[in-house]
Amino acid sequence: MIRVILPPHLRTLAQVRGDVEVEVKSPVTQRSVLDALELRYPMLRGTIRDHVTQQRRPFLRFFACEEDLSHESPDAPLPDAVALGTEPLIILGAIAGG
Amino acid sequence: MSKVRVLAGTRKGAFILTSDGKREKWDVSGPHFAGWEIFHVKGSPLEPNRLYASQCSGWFGQVIQRSNDGGQTWEPVGNKFAYDGVPGTHQWYDGTAHPWEFKRVWHLEPSLTDPETVYAGVEDAAMFRSTDGGKNWQELSGLRGHGSGPKWQPGAGGMCLHTIILDPSDPRRIFIAISAAGAFRSDDAGATWRPINQGLRSEQIPDPTAEVGHCVHRIAMHPSRPRVLFMQKHWDVMRTDNGGDSWKEVSGNLPTDFGFVIDVHAHEPETIYVVPIKSDGEHYPPDGKLRVYRSRTGGNEWEALTKGLPQQDCYVNVLRDAMAIDSLDKCGVYFGTTGGQVYASADAGDSWAPIVRDLPAVLSVEVQTLP
Repeated sequence: MIRVILPPHLRTLAQVRGDVEVEVKSPVTQRSVLDALELRYPMLRGTIRDHVTQQRRPFLRFFACEEDLSHESPDAPLPDAVALGTEPLIILGAIAGG
Repeated sequence: MSKVRVLAGTRKGAFILTSDGKREKWDVSGPHFAGWEIFHVKGSPLEPNRLYASQCSGWFGQVIQRSNDGGQTWEPVGNKFAYDGVPGTHQWYDGTAHPWEFKRVWHLEPSLTDPETVYAGVEDAAMFRSTDGGKNWQELSGLRGHGSGPKWQPGAGGMCLHTIILDPSDPRRIFIAISAAGAFRSDDAGATWRPINQGLRSEQIPDPTAEVGHCVHRIAMHPSRPRVLFMQKHWDVMRTDNGGDSWKEVSGNLPTDFGFVIDVHAHEPETIYVVPIKSDGEHYPPDGKLRVYRSRTGGNEWEALTKGLPQQDCYVNVLRDAMAIDSLDKCGVYFGTTGGQVYASADAGDSWAPIVRDLPAVLSVEVQTLP
């Protein structure tokens, strides 16, 4: 299972507490994790990436294993620790807006 | 005894304010969707406990929420607002062509005839319709596809479609307004549109009487007279008696004819309300006095309504969707401010009292009159 940490507003929207876990078939990439996340929590569609372009929303970032993966290709493999479920993929809001 | 339910959208959540018909004591519920901008909340006239809310955020984009129990519980519905076909371009602030990009929903207008149908006015300006209670949205692209589209340009608040008025006497007729393109009318249920701006004069555009380009802030109609519309333009208060075919100015003796809101008395179609704002560079009331102005003559002759409103050191604004009127007798008038106050008058504007004083900046106010 892949662990994902959502920002608080999206946890409220998805009605979840703490980390969420989703099952993702290999390869484990940003795209496959987000596909699985949106399948399980359809209310999150459009809130992390654009409905049409599928691009990451500008003020959201993707972190894992103390790395900023926001500018990686959505089809690049995520770190092994994320794929193994030992480390979470962290989705967080950028510091913006005061 | 009748009840009223005021739906306030604010910068940081939605609030639901309820009272009995006396409108003296209020219960406050909220914030709903805490921390999100709530541009608009509106109930279905056919099923009043069905509410729709436009919830958005600079981080997370657009969400549409629906309630079927008067706002006690909510569920997110569809939030995919995809322009029909290749979006094309409109004018950008620097005069260059800029592609249409969806940003947010400014206004939700539930149908007068079908509880599952609801319209959305969005930024960048376009109109969408859902026929399944908000789950799926289709653009009424004849509006954006109107030949004048490439000439539309954003106002300071963005290029928003902020006003949708459905004609209760003719379900095919719809009026909308866009900042800064102007007013448009459809006579075929939204398939095709034409600009209805003849008589408007805007010194801020190169041709002051152009077909499009006017910064219309708000339009209001009394349901008994759907051919008569009242408009608060960037500057100027206007009226039309022929469904928008031509407009004439009715600013009359207002201290300033800049403002955002305009609305019509529930039982007197010639009684209208505005809140004059000093200027487009100073978004607050003249002289620090918050005054609603009422005309009982359909414009031109206005009286200041001040009882219960702050008459010194008041520098709030009242945004375009932030006034509403209930249908009790006497009708209640409500408006919200950027300072977080929601004021109510239970006597058609003669006197006012705040329902709440310290909400986040109020973006929109609607009211439902309930049995």
